[in-house]
Amino acid sequence: MKRRDFLAGTAATGTVLASGLANRAMAAEPLKVGFIYLGVPGDGGWTYQHDQARQKMLAHFGKAVETKVIENVPEGADAERSITQLALAGCKLIFTTSFGYMDPTINVAKKFPNVKFEHCTGYKRAANVSTYDARFYEGRAVIGTIAGRMTKTNKIGYIATFPIPEVVQGINSAYIHAKKVNPNVEMKIIWVSTWFDPAKEADAAQAMIDAGVDVLMQHTDSTAAMAKAKAAGIYAFGQSSDMIQYAPKPRISSIIDNWAPYYIQRVQDVLDGKWKSEGVWMGIGSGVVEIGEITDAVPAEVKAEALALKDKIAKGEYAPFTGPLNKQDGSPWLKAGEVAKDDVLSGLNFYVEGIQGKLPT
Amino acid sequence: MLTLEKRPNPSRFWTIVTPLLAVALTMIAGGLLFAILGKNPVEAIRTIFWDPLFNEQFAAYSRPQLLVKAGPLVLIAVGLSLGFRANIWNIGAEGQYIMGAICGTAVALAFYPAEHWYIFPLMILAGALGGWGWAMIPAFLKNRFGTNEILVSLMLVYVAENVESWMAFGPMRNPQGMGFPGSRNLQQYPAAANPELIPGTGIHWGVVAAGLAVLLAYALLKRHIFGFHVRVAGQSPRAARFAGVEPKRLFTLCMGISGACAGLAGLFEVAGPSGQITDSFNVGYGFTAIIVAYLGRLHPIGILLAGLLLALTYIGGEIAQLQLNLPASAIQAFQGMLLFFLLGLDVLSNYRIKRKGAQK
Repeated sequence: MKRRDFLAGTAATGTVLASGLANRAMAAEPLKVGFIYLGVPGDGGWTYQHDQARQKMLAHFGKAVETKVIENVPEGADAERSITQLALAGCKLIFTTSFGYMDPTINVAKKFPNVKFEHCTGYKRAANVSTYDARFYEGRAVIGTIAGRMTKTNKIGYIATFPIPEVVQGINSAYIHAKKVNPNVEMKIIWVSTWFDPAKEADAAQAMIDAGVDVLMQHTDSTAAMAKAKAAGIYAFGQSSDMIQYAPKPRISSIIDNWAPYYIQRVQDVLDGKWKSEGVWMGIGSGVVEIGEITDAVPAEVKAEALALKDKIAKGEYAPFTGPLNKQDGSPWLKAGEVAKDDVLSGLNFYVEGIQGKLPT
Repeated sequence: MLTLEKRPNPSRFWTIVTPLLAVALTMIAGGLLFAILGKNPVEAIRTIFWDPLFNEQFAAYSRPQLLVKAGPLVLIAVGLSLGFRANIWNIGAEGQYIMGAICGTAVALAFYPAEHWYIFPLMILAGALGGWGWAMIPAFLKNRFGTNEILVSLMLVYVAENVESWMAFGPMRNPQGMGFPGSRNLQQYPAAANPELIPGTGIHWGVVAAGLAVLLAYALLKRHIFGFHVRVAGQSPRAARFAGVEPKRLFTLCMGISGACAGLAGLFEVAGPSGQITDSFNVGYGFTAIIVAYLGRLHPIGILLAGLLLALTYIGGEIAQLQLNLPASAIQAFQGMLLFFLLGLDVLSNYRIKRKGAQK
């Protein structure tokens, strides 16, 4: 063996050894990331999107990360136990993916100061608890614009879930932007008091169709309303997931929750030792709120208009809640050019002027 | 054709052995299910039954959690079992559970933010009365108009769920809750909180109450005339009348006791582990308790064991989900198998299978 070869050989062995050690170190200690789901991934909506993001995150990091999941966890006492078990199982980062896990997350976080927690849609934080949420209302502005253009009867339907700020933001944003492109537009709202109940959603859709609604929006997760829209030959928008199986009509576009960019970012932060507690509220610009493909059932100029609005929102050039805007009772809310502040939006509990009906309390 | 024939004297031996046999059969059938899902069946079953009790990583936490999870189930089931023994069918414990929680929370919120020692005792009283009152509706309608208590009590569950939702979004909504539904968290209001009695265990007054209920029911059935009335009314209504049982009075009493127990369970849960009234506060304890009551053969000690067994499958099921990546639905199917085998074997120990028409 020549000396040069020998050197190269040892160097190679050294590298192999070193990388082998590094690999082993990584393989022995993958970062364990826990998830608590309200439903099951098969719901096709909220939990499905969180699970899709979890899988994308896993694919991104490969062997460096391992995930542990508990599904079907009711909000309340059971949540506290489930989150504790994830922490006991060695998870160093835990995503709790529903509003009702807020107090349980805070309680468990106190007992496990070395574990990082991420609570979805809540408002309570701690040194080791972050919150994350999406500005779904930005997406509503885009599909509201399409809805305003597409309606012939000037009646848009909105299947609402619960009178919480996220839903009220959605209704207001959709209405404001539909009205902008179609001053005669009227919005019919039905509160179904559920996030997922195909029978109730279908009933609500049918009632609106009977009342002359020809463009349907929903805040609920199932495709039941979509099926009614198809039967009635009207337009509708996918919610949470793309609902692409109903394209090109009735589904003419959709609002998709895409948590993957955030999950990848936060896991990376923990791996890098850079994780900090913060509250983030992400919109179209971050890729967390996505607008599903606008189908050919929508005229090209409407599609262009909607996409232009989407771009402006993504770049931060336009905020959906920009004055002049009045509250439903006619009292002023935002002056011309004034943009609603986040702390007002995150507790939003009134309709804007022009929406009919009373916001249930 | 096969028919069932009641055995004149069910064997004592089989009464004791069937639950064990059922657990064994569940392990075999469940193991098959897990194997089909590509998991090691022995490991899966060990995780569900063994790990919550003895795994180093989890046991210290999950052992007392078994009591916390079993507490409301046992408390409700003991109350229901008295009525069930006398053929009084209160199916609406879930509704009484909700109303107990709401009434107790109402007392707490009425006093908020005052700190008095008597607030929590008053809440307990209100919780029991809330459940009792909700159970009195089917009792009154039955005694007065002969309505069916199964239907009325069951339908009132849905009414109670709507009251709960209304409370969470309306009168009881936390004014500092940023517009979200749900009452104030009672855990954070010391005078109203149902606290952890032994630090680190999660054990609260509801667990104590469940234990007391088991002892009381045991004494009642063994020693008290009421227990005798309950038993005789169930076995032979005619004989009961000769023994001086007034059917209406017994009916009211049994409905009231089971309602009060369910109401108490709701109160301890809302003031303790759960913390607040929300639109999804109830998670089905009132219905699961019916299974627990039957699993325990309507006997207080049996109910205690059945409640603990069910709690074990819940908590072990969660550990199996996170350690083995089993889906939640597989765990539920496993729980279903356990109940199927228990109740199925129960039928076989009380009845014998006869072939009919085979002689032809």
